[in-house]
Amino acid sequence: MLILHCPYCGMDVDETDLHAGGQAHLKREGPGSSDEDFEDYLFLRENPKGVHFERWRHVYGCGKWFHAARCTNTLEVFGTYPAQTLEPPQEIRDKISGKRPGWSWGMFK
Amino acid sequence: MSNAVSALQGKVAPGEVTIREAGLRGMITLRGDLSDKQIRRVCTDMTDQKFPEAGKAHCEGDKGICWMSPDEVLLLVPYAEVNDHLTRIAVALKGKHYLAENVSDARALLYVEGEFAREVMAKLAPVNLHPDTFGPGDFRRTRLGQVAAAFWMRDEDTFAVICFRSVAGYAFDLLAASAKAGAVGHFVEG
Ligand SMILES: [Zn+2]
Repeated sequence: MLILHCPYCGMDVDETDLHAGGQAHLKREGPGSSDEDFEDYLFLRENPKGVHFERWRHVYGCGKWFHAARCTNTLEVFGTYPAQTLEPPQEIRDKISGKRPGWSWGMFK
Repeated sequence: MSNAVSALQGKVAPGEVTIREAGLRGMITLRGDLSDKQIRRVCTDMTDQKFPEAGKAHCEGDKGICWMSPDEVLLLVPYAEVNDHLTRIAVALKGKHYLAENVSDARALLYVEGEFAREVMAKLAPVNLHPDTFGPGDFRRTRLGQVAAAFWMRDEDTFAVICFRSVAGYAFDLLAASAKAGAVGHFVEG
């Protein structure tokens, strides 16, 4: 069972109150992008064993989307943060670095 | 005028913990910038309650303000006064970016009353209802079994539960079954 902290409600919320939204920090490739970039945006996803960044929605609660950083291997949650950002906040990255030195994910490390 | 009736028309399941449908209650969904002074004032003026922090509700009698999300509150008022209050909101917030909607007839309000009401609720919702964590004044939107619900404590032994009208029967039966099954003893003071 996964428990995530909703950054809007300030509450610890059970997985069954949430809706999973897949990989976080996707950059939309629209008209004018190359076929490779568009394919990448549409179909290709990270599938790490370890540090992962995801989108979640507090669907039974406030209804807002937020981000979560967690380990797919141990289910450890490093932290959650609001959706209004293009990249993981430094505080979350530092926390991950403390626990998984040398981690990398997509363009982040 | 149509004869307005509540979802379960005051149905009661008596027992050690009693489930009771509360009848008609005025409910207004208000969305907007909750840090806005005028929005806060119109809420507090019409309910005579203080404006709640995140995750809280201030309710007394049939009036109250419930924090629903960073940009939404649920205002509780007497059923007959809803339209007056909507007019009041429209006047007070004229020109502002907000939404106010009468949702009274889209919802049902249930009371869970009795000594182990806390356990009746805890069996059905994925929420830590330990007395140290959840008490009167706290408000939670979550699910009850299979359906969305929101609840708060009126006092130590009473929960108020709001759900969609269309699932009021399910929520009532679920709570009644949980009450009938008895206490678990999980929250007994050691
Ligand atoms: Zn939330």
